[in-house]
Amino acid sequence: MSESYLWQDGTLRSWLLTRDHKRIALLYLGSITAFFALGGVGAALIRLQLLEPTGTILSDATYNRMFTMHGVVMVWLFLVPSIPVTLGNFLVPLMLGARDLAFPRLNLLSWYLFVASGLLVLYGLFRGGLETGWTFYTPLSSDYSEGRVLPVVLGIFLNGFSSIATGVNFIVSIHQLRAPGMTWYRLPLMLWALYATSVIFVLATPVLGITLLLLAFERLFRVGVFDPTLGGDPLLFQQMFWFYSHPAVYIMILPGMGVVSEIVSTFCRKPVFGYRFVAWSSVSIAAIGFIVWGHHMFVAGESLYSAIVFSMFSFFVSVPSAIKVFNWLGTMHGGSIRLDAPMLYAMGFIGLFTVGGLTGLFLASLAADVHLTQTYFVVAHFHYIMVGGMVSAYFGGLHYWWPKITGRMYPEIWGRLAAALIFFGFNLTFFPQFILGFEGMPRRYATYPAQFQILNVLSSAGAGILAVAYVMPLVYFGWSLFRGARAPDNPWGATGLEWRTASPPPTENFAETPVVTTDAYDYGDLDARAGRADAGGPHHV
Amino acid sequence: MSDGSVLDHHSPYETPLHRDESAIAGMWLFLASEALLFGGLFLVCLVYSQTRAGGWAEGVRHTNLTIGAVNTLILITSSAVYTLAVEAGRRGDNRGVVRAGLGAAGLGLAFLVLKGVEWGQEFSENLFPGPHFALHGPASGAAALFYSFYFLATFLHGMHMVVGIGLILWICRKARQGAFSPAWSTPVDVVGLYWSFVDLIWMLLFPLLYLIGRA
Repeated sequence: MSESYLWQDGTLRSWLLTRDHKRIALLYLGSITAFFALGGVGAALIRLQLLEPTGTILSDATYNRMFTMHGVVMVWLFLVPSIPVTLGNFLVPLMLGARDLAFPRLNLLSWYLFVASGLLVLYGLFRGGLETGWTFYTPLSSDYSEGRVLPVVLGIFLNGFSSIATGVNFIVSIHQLRAPGMTWYRLPLMLWALYATSVIFVLATPVLGITLLLLAFERLFRVGVFDPTLGGDPLLFQQMFWFYSHPAVYIMILPGMGVVSEIVSTFCRKPVFGYRFVAWSSVSIAAIGFIVWGHHMFVAGESLYSAIVFSMFSFFVSVPSAIKVFNWLGTMHGGSIRLDAPMLYAMGFIGLFTVGGLTGLFLASLAADVHLTQTYFVVAHFHYIMVGGMVSAYFGGLHYWWPKITGRMYPEIWGRLAAALIFFGFNLTFFPQFILGFEGMPRRYATYPAQFQILNVLSSAGAGILAVAYVMPLVYFGWSLFRGARAPDNPWGATGLEWRTASPPPTENFAETPVVTTDAYDYGDLDARAGRADAGGPHHV
Repeated sequence: MSDGSVLDHHSPYETPLHRDESAIAGMWLFLASEALLFGGLFLVCLVYSQTRAGGWAEGVRHTNLTIGAVNTLILITSSAVYTLAVEAGRRGDNRGVVRAGLGAAGLGLAFLVLKGVEWGQEFSENLFPGPHFALHGPASGAAALFYSFYFLATFLHGMHMVVGIGLILWICRKARQGAFSPAWSTPVDVVGLYWSFVDLIWMLLFPLLYLIGRA
């Protein structure tokens, strides 16, 4: 076996010009971690401001710019790329039994596009920011905003091409580069999830692209596109924005579902219950996700008949999501469960995603939405999906594959502690916001009536805990790079081709192309071969 | 000069054919993405051409049908000429690729020149929306809206033309170096897909910007 991909050529140049999907994954990991920290600073300032009813540290205008920064950075520079470009880039070829992605150079290009888009957005944010919210609604964004709309919008436009490149790469790789014997129904469920995500990348992102281009054109030349005073229709912007951004919500959850399927199976030592249902539910979430965007516009002047139809489809999309939740529980039922850190994150995901999903039904109901829309109920709902769900899955996946990526074990005790703290801090931050919203506190205001203070203080306290909990993995992951125990090839005793090569893998991934002879998650077979009569689970080193 | 009929060292593929099929698939997926980029634009145009029909049609009537029609013919011809390059590539006839490629790129350039002339006329007639917009009367707002879309759509299409011409010239350069053979001419095909797509977009833009509402 030749040298690991990490050390084969240590020069900076070899990293910046690499075509190795594993190195590109690490380049992405560094970039999105920086953006996660930046978005986190925004969140911290928001929660500090809301400690007091009249606000504490930010002017009203600065507050508006701060929540916009938080939203823009977290959505496009962290959540949308998160799992696909880091774990996905690293794992897709390994899980397929391939040497690399289908288009290695395109993969590197996507990272450069991402960095360029990030710099453009940062330029806009540091030269004054903007106050439109991450949704850029017109005519505020096109006409009234005094902020730096143009560089940010153009940055996000560029960002889209990075997403599209990743999507094209994953789809072609999964079609073309499966190892001998790797049939579609033997693919790990992570790949089904990433495939569905990639379809959304390819088909939804360009619509955001053209929408933002129209917005930039209108703002730059002061010509009519969406501006009602110039003959345009501002609601058309919302229609087009959500045609992308609702499917994008599924970009921000499907990869997490893929990660959770892998982790649950490994730490229960059972095949995922109802494999085909879980696989196809990813595809149907992606498909139905394209026809629910109108539920963001129930009170925006949409016709009642459209609203009823969009409401109905929104209920439909909860069915495949629920299928997944029940099947993960079915997998755990009767399994020999080990509560290592990745499993704690996965269980956190299941619980928090369920709360987020169920509260989504309130918002999909027309009458309830009239009361709840534009309140903190919505804020709490989507943070349960995106932070409670996706970020938990992202951290779970990082812990699960960390030994494979770096060749080092992270300290398990600290991992479990951080997982527990994140779960606790998250709930303390966001559960009060459900109540706040239900009682009528609107979102996106710098001040609030005094009666809401207790719940806001609780929420801010939770955010403090969450901040500490998110810094912990940064510290012990860094520590493990130098001091962590050497990881064996398969520390969790997991199935999946990525565990059949060295930790960290050599540049060419596999010494020889693996041949697949069993279904995914064939734990009976694996345990029998390892001579484990008790299906005893992973061994720690 | 890499020879595409063999795989380079780090290739993730087993055979050159395997790699070439993947390249074609990748381009098709990219074009699906492009179709939705322009699809969003077409959608907004269609909505406004209905909801703001009067002024929109006023705008359509002021477009230059002659240049539009001639350009349509030029672009169809360019696509047809490029198919000769694809055929030549498959035969391994590098000189044929260069000839047809330069023909297709030249026609593409002619399209852009004519488009530039048309834009020049429109700017001098104050048809670019703004305080001095030429069309007056009650429908002037929607006519200005039409011209917003006219300029953005033709600009976006023009950018795709520039990229396409660049790609064709790159193919010509490779062909001059004798890169293509019966065993390998995939880049000629891949660029052909893109060039046909740019052509196809114009086939939709032409009726949308020049014809519908004119009568």
